[in-house]
Amino acid sequence: MDFLRPASWEEALAAKAEHPTAVPIAGGTDVMVEINFDHRRPDVMLDLNRIGELQEWEVTEETVRLGASVPYTRIMEHLRTELPGLALAAHTVGSPQIRNRGSVGGNLGAASPAGDSHPALLAAGAEVEAVSVRGTRLIPVEEFYTGVKRNSLAADELIRAVHIKKADGPQQFSKVGTRNAMVIAVCAFGLALHPETRTVKTGIGSAAPTPLRARVAEDFLTAALEEGGFWENGKIIPPAVARQFAELVSGAANPIDDVRGTASYRRHALGVMARRTLGWTWDEYRGNERTQSCA
Amino acid sequence: MRVTFNVNGRPQEADDVWEGESLLYVLRERMGLPGSKNACEQGECGSCTVRLDGVPVCACLVAAAQVQDRDVVTVEGLADYAKDRAAGRCGTGACGTPLGEAQKWAAKPADGQTGESTEAGDLSPIQEAFIDAGAVQCGFCTPGLLVAADELLERNPSPSDQDIREALSGNLCRCTGYEKILDAVRLAAARGASVTAGEGV
Repeated sequence: MDFLRPASWEEALAAKAEHPTAVPIAGGTDVMVEINFDHRRPDVMLDLNRIGELQEWEVTEETVRLGASVPYTRIMEHLRTELPGLALAAHTVGSPQIRNRGSVGGNLGAASPAGDSHPALLAAGAEVEAVSVRGTRLIPVEEFYTGVKRNSLAADELIRAVHIKKADGPQQFSKVGTRNAMVIAVCAFGLALHPETRTVKTGIGSAAPTPLRARVAEDFLTAALEEGGFWENGKIIPPAVARQFAELVSGAANPIDDVRGTASYRRHALGVMARRTLGWTWDEYRGNERTQSCA
Repeated sequence: MRVTFNVNGRPQEADDVWEGESLLYVLRERMGLPGSKNACEQGECGSCTVRLDGVPVCACLVAAAQVQDRDVVTVEGLADYAKDRAAGRCGTGACGTPLGEAQKWAAKPADGQTGESTEAGDLSPIQEAFIDAGAVQCGFCTPGLLVAADELLERNPSPSDQDIREALSGNLCRCTGYEKILDAVRLAAARGASVTAGEGV
C-alpha cells in the first residue's frame, strides 16, 4: 500500500490523476472502519489532511462554499444561521469524536444512502464541486448520487467543496434511530422552506438506494401554499394538507427491510417526520412574519 | 513507513508502520502505551479517545500516517497535561510526559487512610474525581471517558448536565455506570470552580 500525503490541492489532483484507484482519506471515519475490518485494502491512500483550504469555508451572498473536509463540529458552531438544516443534521452525526473528524465531503464521497448530510443538502439546494487536473465541474447534488454507495465522480476527480444555498427561510432535519448519539439513521428527512421563491424542498435519507427529493410532495405543498395564500396570510396549514404532504413523502421512498428497520416502518416514520418538520418550519415562518409585521 | 509525531508533548518515532495502520495500533503496540483501549475499531465506543492537536478523536479511525508532525495526548499523559495547563506552561519544551514514564504510568491516588497525597501530580483533577465519585467499575471505558471529560472541562468549566451527556455521548460504558461518571464530571467541575474562586478570579 502507498500512502500519499500531498501538501497542496494541486499535488492532490496530480496524485489522483496518476493513481485513479487511490482512496481519499480525510477524517477517516468511514475509510478506517473498512480498513480495520479488512473490508478494503486500497493500493493507494490519498491523505487530504494536509490541505488547509479543504477545511475552510466561504460565505458569499447566496451560497456557502463549504470545503470538503470541514468537520461537522465546525458546521454546528459556525454555520447555524446560513445552513440551519445542515447544522441540525451535523449535530446528529455519530458522537463528538466523530463530528470532530467527519465531513460533508466524506459523506458525499462515501455516498451511503444513510449519510446524515444528504437530506439537508437536498432540501437546501447544493452543488458538488468536483475537480480534476482536467478542470472543475459543479454537479447538482440530486445528480451526484447514482446508487448505493455510488456517486458520479470520475476516477480522477476529488471533491473540493460543496456549494450550498444559504437559507432564505426555516429549515428542519429529523432522523429516526434507537438513541440520540452513535446512530446510523433508520431513516431521515430534511425540509427547507424557500419563501423567496415560494417553494419547499425536501430530502429523504436511508429509505431508498440513494438519498432523494420527494418531488411530488414538494410540488403538492408548493401549490397548496400558493393557492391558499399561506405565504402572505401566514395561517396555520390545514391538517388535510399536512397529511397529504406526509403521504406523498412516504410514497416517494423506496425502502427495504434490513437490520435497522423494516420498509413499512420506514415509510410510516417518513410520513411522521414530514408532518412534524412541516409543523416546526411553518411555525417558525409564521413567527418570523409576525415579528416583522409587529416591528 | 516511519511516522514522527509528538506523543504527550515529546517527539516520538515509529518505524515499519504499515500504511493502513491506525494511530491506536501505533500507540498500543509500537509505543507501549496501552492506556487507550482497543474495543470496537469502528468509532462506536470511544474507548480509544485521544487528543489530536487538542481535539478529541477516536485513535482507531486516524491513520497513523496522518499524524506525522502532529500532537497526540493520551490518557498516560493526561495528569501532566492537566498540570501544564493549570500552570499555563508549554511551548517552552519543559512540559509533557516522557515515553518511559508514560509507559509505566499507574494511578497513585491520595492515601485513603492518611489522606496524604503519595506523590503530587500523579493524577489529573478529572482522574481524582472519577476515583472519588466511584466512577470506575471494570475500567475499560475509563481512559476514553477521562480524555473526553477533561477536554469538556477545559472548554466549558461549568457544564450543564446536558453538556456533560453530550460530550460523553461517544463513550460507551458496558458496566452502565453512567450516573457515577456524570457525578465525577460534576465533582471535577465543582472543584475546579472552587479552585478558581480561591484564586479570587
